[in-house]
Amino acid sequence: MIERDVEFGASVTFDSVSKTYGAVKALSDFNLSIQRGEFVTLLGPSGSGKTTALNVLAGFADATEGDVRVNKKSILGLPPERRNIGMVFQNYSLFPHMNVFENVAFPLRLRKMSQAEIKKRVGDSLAMVQLAEFGDRMPNQLSGGQRQRVAFARAIVFEPSVLLMDEPLGALDLKLREAMQLEIKRYHKQLGCTILFVTHDQGEALALSDRIAVMGEGQIVQIDTPDRIYDEPNSKYVADFIGTTNIVDFERVSPSRVRFSDLDVEFELADSNKNWGEGRQSISLRPEKLHRDISPSDQMIIFDGSIEEYLFLGNIIQYSVKTKSGKTLLFQEHRGPSVPILARGETLKLAFSINDARPLDEGTHGSGLA
Amino acid sequence: MNTNRKITSTWLLWPALFMLVAFFLIPTLDILRASVYDPEFTTKHFVKLFGSNVYLEILWRTIRLSLIVSLICAVIAYPVSYFIVLRPRKQQIFFLFLVFIPLWMSVLIRSYAWMVVLGREGLINAIMIGLGFTDQPVKMLFTTGAVYIAMVQILLPIQIVTCYSAMSEIDFDLMRAARILGAKPWQAIRRVFLPLSLDGTVTGAIIVFMLSMGFFITPALVGGRKDIMMANLIEFQVNQLNWGFAAAISIVLLIATVISVFIIKRLAKTLTRRLVGGGSA
Repeated sequence: MIERDVEFGASVTFDSVSKTYGAVKALSDFNLSIQRGEFVTLLGPSGSGKTTALNVLAGFADATEGDVRVNKKSILGLPPERRNIGMVFQNYSLFPHMNVFENVAFPLRLRKMSQAEIKKRVGDSLAMVQLAEFGDRMPNQLSGGQRQRVAFARAIVFEPSVLLMDEPLGALDLKLREAMQLEIKRYHKQLGCTILFVTHDQGEALALSDRIAVMGEGQIVQIDTPDRIYDEPNSKYVADFIGTTNIVDFERVSPSRVRFSDLDVEFELADSNKNWGEGRQSISLRPEKLHRDISPSDQMIIFDGSIEEYLFLGNIIQYSVKTKSGKTLLFQEHRGPSVPILARGETLKLAFSINDARPLDEGTHGSGLA
Repeated sequence: MNTNRKITSTWLLWPALFMLVAFFLIPTLDILRASVYDPEFTTKHFVKLFGSNVYLEILWRTIRLSLIVSLICAVIAYPVSYFIVLRPRKQQIFFLFLVFIPLWMSVLIRSYAWMVVLGREGLINAIMIGLGFTDQPVKMLFTTGAVYIAMVQILLPIQIVTCYSAMSEIDFDLMRAARILGAKPWQAIRRVFLPLSLDGTVTGAIIVFMLSMGFFITPALVGGRKDIMMANLIEFQVNQLNWGFAAAISIVLLIATVISVFIIKRLAKTLTRRLVGGGSA
């Protein structure tokens, strides 16, 4: 196992960075502060600007405006090779003409380290990714997961100030991807390095990150810890992107009364909750926040529905429920001896707490941003 | 299912196999036979060939000329291929099209064209005299230099296309990986791009070399009296109806080509290993 005298994490700051390609704004006024040792994920669909942000930090693309700082020093004037940044590419980008040892030794040779030092460091790195015995193999003799680990070892062997990972698990199958997620988490803990991770896979982002920055249209729509991003999405865009959710429309019919048109019910807000949903028109309602065991209270909203379809997801059953107004909602519950499976066409009453309904902003620009 | 497919697909090779056996393997064996049976078993043709400095010198000259031609082609083609492979896709097709145009004309016509260009009253002499660089025509045609120029021009497209297709398979993300790992642009080229493109370059050079070894029209048309190559020798002996001796020369040419290719491959391997291998860049 690798022992390190110094943590090699650095802080990273994107300060009002814009990047335009012709008429296309890939990044516009992009701001992000990453603390040293933090694991931050840029999450978004393709074209949301996440890869551009990575390329600007790596030095493969110039920023049109703004500044990027590592440990409070601007790096925009430096070519990639002088930024001391590690990067793991989606397709691994191992040098096919070098064996595993030489691949990992590559950055060290360029840094003119002594033969003994190179041998020690490459050995340590390969041991960390459990490939100590694989130094003589060529990349094409390795499995996808092994290549991934070599790419990781090569990216951290020179103790970069920050490690970039560009959809590193995208080419792996599901089982392997989950195993690699655990490994990446372990490496991060062990090394204490700063990691900027890019993915379009929300599950991956939720599993790995200290903080997730959800990207849309070249900006961060919401940045927060995984649980808060999941529980408290600030906009339709984020709610839709993270996990599975129901978007339900509502309107204010009087100062203290809202009407959920999609559910065909009205609800009287408690005095303590008068400002709920001010200025918004829809809520995010997670499928697991709906219940069938109804204990009426002034917090509960109750509505009628009928089962349209169900999906068996192992320990969870996911129902599609049609409301009286014709909207289809997803509703999940855990299976158990006391929870009979509902049949198609069965009618039922469902309830949720007003506190579990997240009022949403329209579009991609969240209220979380000042 | 799987074995079925294997059996079916073997059929696809039969026409090619038949062609190779009927029109290559059998004639080659026949030439081998003709070189040692005339009409009884004899080694006299080989004794004659290796006993004469003239023939050995022609053999050596053929090998040397072919090596130099393939080397010049490789050196010119490499940057051209690199230039093309860096263009956007559509431009690549256009530039490759330009490279291909000369291949549409036969070697004979292109060799004659060089006679027109290099001759006493040819294009280059006319221009040089017109511009006053010289008042006497410079002798360019019927020289060894003319053979080099014409052969390089004729074989260059083959080298470019082979080299380009090898380069176009290189993942350019590898260059970015090299840069972020600490390589300056030229180090990324030398440590990553060059070793990866060397195989294609060597393959192209070997093709050019093998074609050069058998060239005879071009040296015959634009070369001087001393620029006789092995192929010219074969043609001459065939015209003299010395079939046995012509066959012996052919066999020697074939073996010399095979040995040379083997040596070139070996050298290329060593070179790649040295480019890849340790030491600071």
